[in-house]
Amino acid sequence: MDTFASLADGFAIALTWQNLALALLGCFLGTIMGALPGLGPSNGVAILIPLAFTLGLGATPSLILLTSVYYGAMYGGRISSILLNIPGDEPAMMTCLDGHPMALKGQPGEALSLSGIASFVGAFFATWGLILLAPQLVKIALLFGPAEYFALFTLAFMTLGGVSSTNQAKSAFAAALGLGLATIGVDTQTGVPRFTFGEVHLYDGLDFLVAIVGLFALSEVFIFLENRHGGSDADATKIKIGKLYPPMSMIKQTTPTMLRTSVLGFLAGVLPGAGASLGSFISYSMEKRLVDKEGTFGKGDPRGVAAPEAGNNAAAGGALVPMLALGVPGSGTTAVLLAVLLSLNITPGPLLFTQNPDVVWGLIAALFIANFMLLALNIPMVGIFTRVLMIPSRVLMPIVAMVSFVGIYGISGSSFDLLVMIGFGVMGWVLRKLDVPLVPVILGTLLGNSMENNLRRAISIDNGDWFTLIDTPLALTLWAIGIIGFIIPLFIGGKVKKQMHEKRDEEGSISD
Amino acid sequence: MKFTATRTFVAAAILGMSAFAASAQDFSPENPECIAPANPGGGWDFTCRQVGKSLQDLGLIDSTMQVVNLAGGGGGVAYAEVVNKRNDDNDLIVAASSATATRLAQGAYPGNTMEQVRWLASIGADYGVIAVAADSEIETLPQLLDAIKNDPTSTSVAGGSAVGGWDHLKVLIAANAYGIDDVRSVKYIAFDGGGEAVTQLLAGSVQAFTGDISEAKGFVDSGDIKVLAVLSPERLDGEFADFPTAKEQGVDAIGANWRGFYAPGGMSDEAYDAWVSAIGDLYASDEWKEIMANNGLAPLDLQGDEFQSFVADSVAQIQQISKEIGIIN
Repeated sequence: MDTFASLADGFAIALTWQNLALALLGCFLGTIMGALPGLGPSNGVAILIPLAFTLGLGATPSLILLTSVYYGAMYGGRISSILLNIPGDEPAMMTCLDGHPMALKGQPGEALSLSGIASFVGAFFATWGLILLAPQLVKIALLFGPAEYFALFTLAFMTLGGVSSTNQAKSAFAAALGLGLATIGVDTQTGVPRFTFGEVHLYDGLDFLVAIVGLFALSEVFIFLENRHGGSDADATKIKIGKLYPPMSMIKQTTPTMLRTSVLGFLAGVLPGAGASLGSFISYSMEKRLVDKEGTFGKGDPRGVAAPEAGNNAAAGGALVPMLALGVPGSGTTAVLLAVLLSLNITPGPLLFTQNPDVVWGLIAALFIANFMLLALNIPMVGIFTRVLMIPSRVLMPIVAMVSFVGIYGISGSSFDLLVMIGFGVMGWVLRKLDVPLVPVILGTLLGNSMENNLRRAISIDNGDWFTLIDTPLALTLWAIGIIGFIIPLFIGGKVKKQMHEKRDEEGSISD
Repeated sequence: MKFTATRTFVAAAILGMSAFAASAQDFSPENPECIAPANPGGGWDFTCRQVGKSLQDLGLIDSTMQVVNLAGGGGGVAYAEVVNKRNDDNDLIVAASSATATRLAQGAYPGNTMEQVRWLASIGADYGVIAVAADSEIETLPQLLDAIKNDPTSTSVAGGSAVGGWDHLKVLIAANAYGIDDVRSVKYIAFDGGGEAVTQLLAGSVQAFTGDISEAKGFVDSGDIKVLAVLSPERLDGEFADFPTAKEQGVDAIGANWRGFYAPGGMSDEAYDAWVSAIGDLYASDEWKEIMANNGLAPLDLQGDEFQSFVADSVAQIQQISKEIGIIN
C-alpha cells in the first residue's frame, strides 16, 4: 500500500533524536498551556512560533514542535476542568460537566486518567482518519453550504436542552443570553457596528476566551469570597484523592462511548467553521441522548468524561484535514499552523499531498508520536495533578484569579479585556446564584455569530427565499436529527427529569 | 506559577538565541517589536512574522523581532494604542495593508487619521482577482459583469472581508468601471476569510469569488477554479502570467492589496530612516524575492516619503469610492 509506505517514510523523517526531543518539549509545554485557563491551543502555538524560528528549525521539525503543542493543549485543557471546574480552553468546557462532579466524589485520579485515555483514543482514530480519508473527506466539507451550516448549528442548540440543566427554561434563557452577546461587534454582512457604543475594542465582538475565563474562573473566585467563612474551605480539604487509575470495568464501560464520539468529533473537526468546541459539545449531548438511561450524566458519569474528551481530541485531528487539503483552517489553532506553513514557504492546498509529501507524512508521523508521548506523560502525572485539590481554597483561589488576569492580559495586551472579564465574572456569579447553567451562555457566544452569518448568507444568496434552508437532502437530514433530538426527550424524558430534579435538590449544588 | 515558568523559559530561550552583533547603522532597535493588529494566522500576522524572520536571517536587525498580536476593531485597537500610548517608541513597527487604508478612509478607526503615524515602507502587493469555479460557463470578466448587469440577483459574489471591506470594494471597482451604475445592486456575500469564500465557490453555493491572488493560487494550480481577471495594471510575472488582466478585457479596474508597515508618529528621524533602509534592504534581497514569488506577492517597492504619499492617495481614492457607493456620507 502506498499509504503505508509513505507513512513509513514519514516515521523515518520524524524519528530523529532532535525531533523526539522537540515533540517531548512540545507535549509538555502544550499540556501546561492547555491546563491554564486563558491560554488555549491557539495561543500556545502562537507563543512558541518565535522559538521555532529562533532555533532555525526546518519545516518538519517546526511542525513537529507546534503540533505537539497543539495536541498537548487539547489534552491539557481537561485538567483544570476536572480539578477546578474551570475549563482550560473552550473545547474542554464540556468536560467540566461530569469531570468535576467525579473529582468531588473522590475520583479525581480516575477522571484524569480516563479522560487521558479518551483523549488518546480520539486523537489516535482521528490521525488514522486523516491518513486514510483526507482526500475523500474534503468532499464532505464541500457539501456544507451556508444553509447546511445553519442547520448544523441549529441542531447543536436543539440538543442543548438536556445538557446541563434540569430546568429547560433556564437552559434556553442561558443560550439566548449567549446568542444576544454574540451580536456585539461589526456585522460583517452590512459593515455596521452593533452595540459597540463607539468603543473600538468591541468592534470584533466579545472574545469568548475572555468570556469563559470570566464566567467560570472569576465567578468561582467570587463564590469563594462570598463563602470564605463558610463551608467551601472545609469542603475542599475533605476531598479524598482516591484511586489514581480507573478499574478495567470502567474502561470497558466507556469504550463504546469513546469510539462513537471519536467518529462524531472527527467529522465536526473536518468541517471548517465547526471545530473542536462543536465536536466536544455534540459528542457529549448525543452520547447523553443515547446512553443516559439513569440520568447519571452531569453527576460524575465516567462516560460523560470520556465523550467530550474523545470528541474534542478527534476534532483536533479532523481540523487538520481542511487545513492541509484545502488551505482553509477549521479552527483558531489551525489558522496559526497555516500561517506557520506559509512562512516556511509551504502552501497548503489541494496539491500539498503531492508536492510536499515529506512535510505531510512527517507531520502525520509526528502526530502519532506526540499522541503516544502524551499518554505516557499524562498518566504518570495524574498523581501530581490531583495534589492541586489538596491546596486549600484560600491559597488556590488567589492563584486562579492571578492566572486569569495574567493569562487574558498576556493574550490581548489590553486592559479593556480585563474589565470585560470582570463583567463576565459578575454575570457568572449572578447566574450561578440563579442556578442558570453557564455552558449554554458560552455556546451561544461561540456559535451565535457563525449561525447568524450563515443564515443571512443562505437567505441573501437565494434572494430572500427562506425555503433555501431545507433545499438539500443534507440540510433536511440535519433538521430531522435536530427535531427528533428536541422532541423525543419531551415525551420520554419527563420521568427521568423528575428523578434528576429530586436528586439535584438534595445536593443543593451550585455547580453545573 | 507554571505560567510564569513557561513564559520565563520562552523568554530565556529567545534571549539566549539573540546574538548582539555590531551594527553599521547609527540606530539599531534594541528590542525590535512588530504589532500584528489581528489574531495569529492572518495576513498582518504573516507580514510581521515573515519580515521579522527575514530581517534577522539577513542580519538587518540584531535581535529577534518580537511579534505582538493586538487584535480588535479591524486594526483600530492597535492604531489607537500606537497613537495614544506608544507614540515615541523607536523600536516599534506595525503591519498594515489596504485594509488599514480602507478603514482609515471610511472613518472606521474612531478619532484616528492617517497623519497620526509615520508610514514606513511597502513589502509587496497582492493583486485582486475575480474568479469562478472551473466548470462555470463564464469565461471572461465582461461575461460575468454582463450577467450581473442583466440580473444582479442571479450572481452571488463571495469574498473574505466584511461588506465595505477591501474584497467587496474590488468587485465594485470592476463593476463601476464596466458601467454598472448602481453598484450597490451587486450581491456580495461576506465570509470569514478568503479560504472560506473559495470553499463556498467550490461547493457551488456562490457563483464568483473576489479576493487576493495568494488566496486563489492553490486552487488554480489544482484546476478547481479559473481566474477571470487579475486587477493589476499589466500581466504579472512567472506562473501568474497566464491570468488576463481586467484592463486588457476592457475593464479599467486596478485593485492592489498592498502590505507594509507604519511606525509611531513620534519616532525619531534617525530611527525612521534606519527602519526604512532596513526594510528597503530586505525588499532588495534575493531571499525576499523568493518569498514574494512563493506567496504570490507582486512588486510594490515604495519607501519613506514615496510610501507616505502612496498611502495618502490610496486613502483618498477609497474615500471617493466609498462615497459613491454610499458606505460613507
